[in-house]
Amino acid sequence: MIRNSLSRMGPLLALILLFLAGSLLSPTFLTSENLLNVVTRSSVIGIISVGATFVITARGLDLSVGAMAALVAGLSILCMNAMLPTLGAMGALFAGLALALVFGGAAGMANGALVVWGRIDAFIVTLGTMGIMRSLITWMSDGGSISLDFALRGVGRPLYYGTVLGVPVPVLIFAALAILGEIAMTRLRFGRHVIAIGSNAEVARHSAIRVARVRIATYAFQGLCVGLATLIYIPRLGAVTPSTGMLWELEAIAAVIIGGTALAGGYGRVWGTVAGVLILGLVANILNLTSFVSPHLNGAFQGAIIVIAVFLQRRSTPF
Amino acid sequence: MPQNQMPDALRLEGIAHAFGPNRVLNGIDLTLAVGEVLALVGENGAGKSTLMKIIAGYLAPGEGRTRWQGQPVSADPQEAETAGIVLVHQEFALIPDLSVAENILLGHEPTRCGLIDFAAMNKAAGNALQLLNSDIDPRAGMAGLPVSSWQIVELAKAFASGPRLLLMDEPTAVLGARETEALFARIRAFAAEGGSVIFTSHRLDEVRAISDRVAVLRDGTITLDRPAAGLSEHDIASAMIGREMEDLFPPLAPYPTAAPILAVEGLSVPRDFGPPVQDASFAVAPGEILGIAGLVGSGRTEMVEALVGLRSANARRFILRGAESPLPDAVEAWRLGIAYLTEDRKSRGLLLAENVELNTSLTISALAGGTLIDRDEDSRRYADAQARYSIRAASPKIAVGRLSGGNQQKVLIAKTLAPDPDVVILDEPTRGVDIGAKMQIYQVIAGLAQNGKAVIVISSELPELIGLVHRILVMDRGRVAGIVTPPESTRPTEHEILNLALGLQNHDAST
Repeated sequence: MIRNSLSRMGPLLALILLFLAGSLLSPTFLTSENLLNVVTRSSVIGIISVGATFVITARGLDLSVGAMAALVAGLSILCMNAMLPTLGAMGALFAGLALALVFGGAAGMANGALVVWGRIDAFIVTLGTMGIMRSLITWMSDGGSISLDFALRGVGRPLYYGTVLGVPVPVLIFAALAILGEIAMTRLRFGRHVIAIGSNAEVARHSAIRVARVRIATYAFQGLCVGLATLIYIPRLGAVTPSTGMLWELEAIAAVIIGGTALAGGYGRVWGTVAGVLILGLVANILNLTSFVSPHLNGAFQGAIIVIAVFLQRRSTPF
Repeated sequence: MPQNQMPDALRLEGIAHAFGPNRVLNGIDLTLAVGEVLALVGENGAGKSTLMKIIAGYLAPGEGRTRWQGQPVSADPQEAETAGIVLVHQEFALIPDLSVAENILLGHEPTRCGLIDFAAMNKAAGNALQLLNSDIDPRAGMAGLPVSSWQIVELAKAFASGPRLLLMDEPTAVLGARETEALFARIRAFAAEGGSVIFTSHRLDEVRAISDRVAVLRDGTITLDRPAAGLSEHDIASAMIGREMEDLFPPLAPYPTAAPILAVEGLSVPRDFGPPVQDASFAVAPGEILGIAGLVGSGRTEMVEALVGLRSANARRFILRGAESPLPDAVEAWRLGIAYLTEDRKSRGLLLAENVELNTSLTISALAGGTLIDRDEDSRRYADAQARYSIRAASPKIAVGRLSGGNQQKVLIAKTLAPDPDVVILDEPTRGVDIGAKMQIYQVIAGLAQNGKAVIVISSELPELIGLVHRILVMDRGRVAGIVTPPESTRPTEHEILNLALGLQNHDAST
């Protein structure tokens, strides 16, 4: 296919333009404190978006990630609180975080199994599981909130607020996952198979690729990413409410699409997704720092960026 | 010939066209009389499709003039269609979710009191199909129909739109013998009514059978333009490839004496998105080339797809290398050394948007162990394949969809043979491929057999099977009608095979 360099590098160009705009518009924009803050706040969505890149590249979709994050976080907090007396604060925290990964992976696997084995459209399956999981967390919290035991909050704090060599821990986790994701997409057989399936699942089936297994694996990986995101989210707020993770699925999909991954599948890039996440984060940040546009218009800007990004990345394929 | 007295309907003068630096057409002069049928032949990439698109107004020529009944043709397909010029593309332009009738009359739906008159529509569509001697139900949904029916619906739609000049790009590529015959009868009737036809085909026997005149394109120039009468296939082929043709088929090695490597008994495939197969049995030996003939819809593809796990089926016995086992699944078949080359290159064979290197390595890298991709190995593998199958591609990184049909097919063959299988099943290996590439593919097939591989070739072109294979298995309505085993040196005749395929020898109730 023809992808000229402009549309290929589009997300990077947009990032550079945002940097220029931000530094011209606000003196505080280019401070390391501000920028690290933006990336830290973006890392939860960023981690989920890395998983979404694989699902979408394989021509799937997962609308349930926001509700899944809330449910996984809620379940983990309940488990941690319950384990606190026996395992102690540190033990309960780590056991709970490990359980978050298990819960996330299992939820993703369930989505994948329904889509692949149940032969139900991914949009419908994940719309359904989104409703189910959102409702479960509302029921579990009885409409209020599920809070982390106070003893655990202090122990967990560094996972969100801590730094290593000046870099916040969430940023490190996001960066590590993004690098692994980029390698998986471009250098691992898994990534090649994800691309092949998204491009044409029939061809993949004729090419000795285990299509069902790989497709389920993308949903399971998405679930693991949601679990990983809750590891950061839980220590940050220490509580889950029925509105936790609301609309995260749309933010993640937006980031993936802005990054240049094709919604119709067959072409995906993790670095683009990272750029997409940062673009969305920076736009919000610039609107907050400057006064002449209301931050309430953030959504309008983000919406316009999505449309423009897809417009610029239209593929001119002759077939 | 009557067309000599007829006025010119279409006149092309000095048509030239280039895509970027690539000159595709160099000063084409061509005329077409009222009621004339012209066959446009040439290797892939010779410029046939480009010329058709220019005539139909899809493409404005770089230079030259196109006149239709004395009037210039503007580069607007809508206007051209209003003037009666209708192009039937190689790619289908049908809507799967609509019925056959709705597709045929799309945009011309008969109405009553402002509502669509479905009865009239189905009747009109039924008539259009009847003229092609087809029994497709006008009320059937498009999506469930096989590819040959799609082609027939597309043709019925074109004829029903009231054309004066019909341009058909490879109309018979997916049709069986009976459907092709019906199409030719329709073309003759259309021409007799004063319609003009230009069509392209790779089958030279067809070209001779239906056309009044043959024009050969080579590298954007017309190298032959003569009445079909008195023209031999050999003349046409020579004009196409620009040199005298050696024997089309490589010499056939003697029939091997080795025991079968693969044998199946009582294979049955249920009806599921394709015709069923009942109780099929056959075996193939190392070094043997086994042909499979049969009409479209006789279950040829379904039978071999079942063997390689692409279709659920059951068999009484499946014996590979002397050991009995259950039918493999799609990945196991590859691991057991059974390779299948699909007949549907574009939607099942290749990732058209991906580069040729990745396509060549797709299957073998899926079979290889390890999680990391070795891209250097991919490059080496493609370089090797490029030399071995003489693939012409501008770069290893070019998208495979941008190659000509023949080169795409060679990439698909390279991809299929990369895992070095012992049993190679090739479904229509030369479909939509020009004669030069065909000869190369025949060489590859003969080479496989010489190296002790068991080869199964499915083909709708009987001359191809007769020239290429040791034995021909003929299928008729889901059953193995017979296996033609020629004694020593004689090859089965086309007539013998046709009789079997049409059920004339196996079904005593036939008239």
